[in-house]
Amino acid sequence: MIRTEKLSRHFDDVIALNNTDIHIKAHQTTVIMGGSGSGKTTLLRLLAGLECPTSGHIWYGKDDLNGMSQKRLYQLRARMGMLFQYSALLNSLSVYDNVAFPLVEHTKLDKSVIHTMVTMKLEQVGLRGFEHLMPSQLSGGMAKRVAFARALAMDPEVVFFDEPTSGLDPISAGVIASLIDDITKRTKMTSIVVTHDVHAGLKIADHVILLWQGKVIAEGTSEVIRHSDDARVQQFIEGRPDGPIPFSRSETSYIDDLLHKPGTVRMS
Amino acid sequence: MNKTNITQNSITLFFGYLGRWFLRAIESMGDAAVLSTTSLAHLFHRPWQGKHIVLQLYALGVGSFVIIAITGAFTGMVLSLQGYYTLAKFGSESLLGSGVALAIIRELGPVLGAFMMVGRAGSSITAEIGIMRVTEQLDALQMMAINPKARVILPRIIAMIIALPILVTMFDIIGLAAGYVVGVELLGVNGGAFIGEMIAKITPMDLYAGWVKALGFGILIGVICTYMGYRATPTTEGVAKATTQAVVAGSVGVLVLDYILTSFFL
Repeated sequence: MIRTEKLSRHFDDVIALNNTDIHIKAHQTTVIMGGSGSGKTTLLRLLAGLECPTSGHIWYGKDDLNGMSQKRLYQLRARMGMLFQYSALLNSLSVYDNVAFPLVEHTKLDKSVIHTMVTMKLEQVGLRGFEHLMPSQLSGGMAKRVAFARALAMDPEVVFFDEPTSGLDPISAGVIASLIDDITKRTKMTSIVVTHDVHAGLKIADHVILLWQGKVIAEGTSEVIRHSDDARVQQFIEGRPDGPIPFSRSETSYIDDLLHKPGTVRMS
Repeated sequence: MNKTNITQNSITLFFGYLGRWFLRAIESMGDAAVLSTTSLAHLFHRPWQGKHIVLQLYALGVGSFVIIAITGAFTGMVLSLQGYYTLAKFGSESLLGSGVALAIIRELGPVLGAFMMVGRAGSSITAEIGIMRVTEQLDALQMMAINPKARVILPRIIAMIIALPILVTMFDIIGLAAGYVVGVELLGVNGGAFIGEMIAKITPMDLYAGWVKALGFGILIGVICTYMGYRATPTTEGVAKATTQAVVAGSVGVLVLDYILTSFFL
């Protein structure tokens, strides 16, 4: 359904993604995992068309996102939803208005129909009865669930999830993970989840893609990833501090940096 | 390193810094022009943004009325007071009405009104859009197939363009009324002379010049403040810096544009 071809994204000297080829199948949950700075959020933003690649292509069926007209991109986005890391609820609107927002903007549905649809979406995420609250009155978990309901409002074919469980307590994280899994299976949508939550990621994934330094180092089902021979994969899923993936990313010598502090006299 | 070399290096560094600052300023101006024109182009495209323009007009225009009224009143009062003591030295107190009116309508109304709008409404535009950037609300709009340039930038620029001339007119009226109260009621200038001189000396061109300035300042403030917010670095420090820069650039821009427009109308 969605395919990338030699996709690269550079930020000045930093290479966030390097010639990445991935394939995301329809009606499945694809989980993209990797440590901080591995390029997973960049990949998600590129797939959503929020950023332009330095080189390479992103194919939605036969449509290339590169060079796509804004009109066509917006037509495509009308079939997409996204849950942002910090929820990105519109602060000036209540919970009800946030969820109703895409429906009001893109449909000519009667107010009573919109009311029914918003109530259904809020029931799906377990927040019926909280319509009147403002985003500032919500906890992190509730805000994520409202954002989820908003992402589902237009019954999208593809939903992107950027770190859906980050910053949440284990129960809220579990609720969000279950919701993603449950709704993906029931509605047959395509879910693309970026996370470094190994437990939740492997639990809900039909397909896992593991990134390191902007490259895919492993992919397959959760079982394939769990039993991978690759030491980097094992270090990541077990959360071990020692292994081929270094904790420190500094390229210069620690001793040199300590001895050559600014303002000190260099000793020889 | 000898003294001559140190001086040469300092000069090179100074001009290097100046050159880089100038190039960045030119680049920002070009970027702001592109952003605002591509946003304003949505004025003629569906979906119409009329409802959002009215909402912004209320927030920026009606919300700024009190501060504009207070500034206008005290400006008129001070002008009347200062003008009276200056004119009294030459025995020309009767000219007070025309002096106050010309100063307010041609210069102080548009400029002080614009300063107040930069401080009150412009800074809030930059901070609001900047926070929308930090909290990914602009990206969320994009993902909901809503163009943030049409929905967020366009209504604020248009509202600023409409609001400022109206607020400046109110500033003028309140300033003149306050000037009359101080000049006539407190300082004892003849009321007929005050109003008569004012009507005799103010030409339609003076009114026109004031409105054109207000319109120009409205465009300038709208473009600068939306641009600074939209391009703010998505951090709390970035939004704070963008807001400060918007107020500084807006205020300096108003003074520069004021000189240019005044030279046209004199």
